[in-house]
Amino acid sequence: MARVVVDVMLKPEILDPQGQAVQRALPRLGFDGVLDVRQGKRFELELDGPADEAALARAREIAEKLLANTVIEEFTVAFDGASSPAAQSSAGTVASTAPAAG
Amino acid sequence: MSLRIGVITFPGTQDDQDALRAVALVGAEPVALWHRDPDLHQVDAVVLPGGFSYGDYLRAGAIARFSPVMESVIAGAREGLPVLGICNGFQVLCESHLLPGALIRNGGLLFVNRDEKLRVESATTQWTGDYTAGQEIVIPIKNGEGRYTADPRTLDELEAEGRIVVRYLDNPNGSARDIAGIANPAGNVVGLMPHPEHAVEELTGPYPGPATDGLPFFTSILKQLVAA
Repeated sequence: MARVVVDVMLKPEILDPQGQAVQRALPRLGFDGVLDVRQGKRFELELDGPADEAALARAREIAEKLLANTVIEEFTVAFDGASSPAAQSSAGTVASTAPAAG
Repeated sequence: MSLRIGVITFPGTQDDQDALRAVALVGAEPVALWHRDPDLHQVDAVVLPGGFSYGDYLRAGAIARFSPVMESVIAGAREGLPVLGICNGFQVLCESHLLPGALIRNGGLLFVNRDEKLRVESATTQWTGDYTAGQEIVIPIKNGEGRYTADPRTLDELEAEGRIVVRYLDNPNGSARDIAGIANPAGNVVGLMPHPEHAVEELTGPYPGPATDGLPFFTSILKQLVAA
């Protein structure tokens, strides 16, 4: 099984009012010096078959067709490392339960 | 034979009944279409109504765009079938690439619900023939993701080709170039964020009025279809 992460972000030239709202809230919480915040989406895909270039290509096609609207968004695809936060949070030790990516 | 105008219901659609009612008011036969049924039931035109199809999951309109009925609508629209997308329907049309650009979160993040002054910029589309260019009208808006955006080249193209259909007089959400609605090059596909189907009767339209400024969208397509 291949675990692929797709990150989707608004293109830099598209205004992100949600990110701006988060940025404006930070000084009120005592976090100074945050120059910019942009908000995006992360998708974790589990694909059958090996973690190879074909799996990445499949993920890219999925992102292109559905996960991202390429008019306003850009995306990256990458294999999820076995030490990803998701894998760690689902079990105390990654190796004992969750199969490692690939 | 009366003309048949279909209105699609997706899970999460809210304004299908209002759109069906508007269709009936102008004397066409309203036909309810279902998202899972690819059959358009010989309708002469289609309205994609407002609401939150599929809960706006992923992006507004993104899931609806791949529903079985939309495959038929997209194929039909490319061959000239008149399609009007209202609010969520406009979002679906952009996601379907029948119209360029996209609709993103309103500037200020507010859900805006109010009667909106608009200027009709194009009376040459199949859905706006009963207006005159430059006419100022009042139609309600109610959305959180109505900010129209497109790259500058696309915006210039829309301007040059006269495909901006309606503009806000008092831009409520930061839409590029005050755009409230646009058309495809052929003029059979029109999408707009304001809700003409909520401005078709004295009792329920904008108060204190004008209350029925949305009616011409529906009379226009009727005349267009009769003439065709």
